[in-house]
Amino acid sequence: MTTQPVSAAPARWHEAVIERIVHRTPRITSVFLRAPIGAHVAGQHVDVRLTAPDGYQAQRSYSIASAPGTAEIELAIERLEAGEVSPYFHEIAQPGDTIDVRGPIGGHFIWRAEDGGPILLIAGGSGVVPLAAIIRDWSVTGPRTPALLVYSARTWEELVFRDELMDIEAREPEFTFIVTTTRGPRQRPSDYDRRLDRSLLRDILSRWKHTARHVYVCGSNVFVEAVTSCLVSDGMPQARIRTERYGGEN
Amino acid sequence: MSTRGFSGRRPTADAARRLPPGQYQTDDFPVLAKGPTPRVDLAHWRFTVSNGPKPLASWSWPEFEALPRTTWRGDIHCVTKWSKFDTTWEGVTIDDLLAAVGVAPPTAYLLALSHDDYDTNLPVADLVGGKAMIATRFAGAPLEAEHGGPARLLVPHLYFWKSAKWVKGLRFTPRDEAGFWELRGYHMYGDPWREQRYTNDP
Repeated sequence: MTTQPVSAAPARWHEAVIERIVHRTPRITSVFLRAPIGAHVAGQHVDVRLTAPDGYQAQRSYSIASAPGTAEIELAIERLEAGEVSPYFHEIAQPGDTIDVRGPIGGHFIWRAEDGGPILLIAGGSGVVPLAAIIRDWSVTGPRTPALLVYSARTWEELVFRDELMDIEAREPEFTFIVTTTRGPRQRPSDYDRRLDRSLLRDILSRWKHTARHVYVCGSNVFVEAVTSCLVSDGMPQARIRTERYGGEN
Repeated sequence: MSTRGFSGRRPTADAARRLPPGQYQTDDFPVLAKGPTPRVDLAHWRFTVSNGPKPLASWSWPEFEALPRTTWRGDIHCVTKWSKFDTTWEGVTIDDLLAAVGVAPPTAYLLALSHDDYDTNLPVADLVGGKAMIATRFAGAPLEAEHGGPARLLVPHLYFWKSAKWVKGLRFTPRDEAGFWELRGYHMYGDPWREQRYTNDP
């Protein structure tokens, strides 16, 4: 790995103010926080803590969707049906409310401009969140190394950050954005509407014509296992691939 | 100060007693890893105990399987905040492993080394006295690759990133040398009951 470690996560909890709430898709809501925490690197997460009136507390980790340097920290939170914490953000939280946060945290699933590329980002569902932070950061920092985002979701409507990613693709010739939808038709001729299996991944990577130096795969464990085993068996060195998997959260 | 409108979901009294601070109980077995799951071929698998660069002992898979075996049942705690209760593991305790090596631990610290170039640091005192094992079976079956099979370290009293998956050896070190996550923002020791998640946690 060429990335130098990022360490020394702050230990303290800080009070963060919810500035805005934006319902991005039927299942994903963005919560914009103003929080006195240190600058983050694209791909990092924060810990969030909620406290009930009797003092009971619940903690969860959420990836940061915003690029480094933005005034607000954006968390894009998927509503988990049996969840304890995510329904609070979807149904109860309002601008002006406060929650506790600490971070930013994580020194592995990160990208900084000096890491260079080409970079290959593969997202399943809400796994796009830390990858959106990377693309947002990439779009405002040099060098203009090639970047490909392959984003698998159930339907066109469930693609978080879809219009913004299409805008970046329209203005940045080095950014390629490919969507595949598994339960609904494709909307652009360059997209797909089937599962991201070995043959589809090969098609996409041969169209891209670059060899990735850094690969980031984020999604459910099943998705990440399937994608990374295809990449490795097709010759991608394991050491270039970083993964982040979710599951078991509530 | 409480969070407006948040009531939360209380664990049962038994679960509350068993959950370290900031953890919640899950019945799943979530998978976390820094990269792809390595596929480790048992025909070429070896486990090596070394003092710095000097090998002290090494076992093939059949040799390792012939070492004394122990079953452990209890709770495990991941720094990503899930805890899983009543897990059952079988493997070779570090006590039995060191007895097979036939030497006293040469230093007070070691790094557990994995096939995916992962490593994590531990005090030897946290591995002996029945506190840790090299586990090869989970819930009565061979340990699955995505959970660290064929063999992983099991140190259940510390956060689970210390229980290195796909382990291939233990290397004694003169000092407490930071491993993979310990270099990337996570605590050097990782006691869940003191909530030692990140570098600067007390």
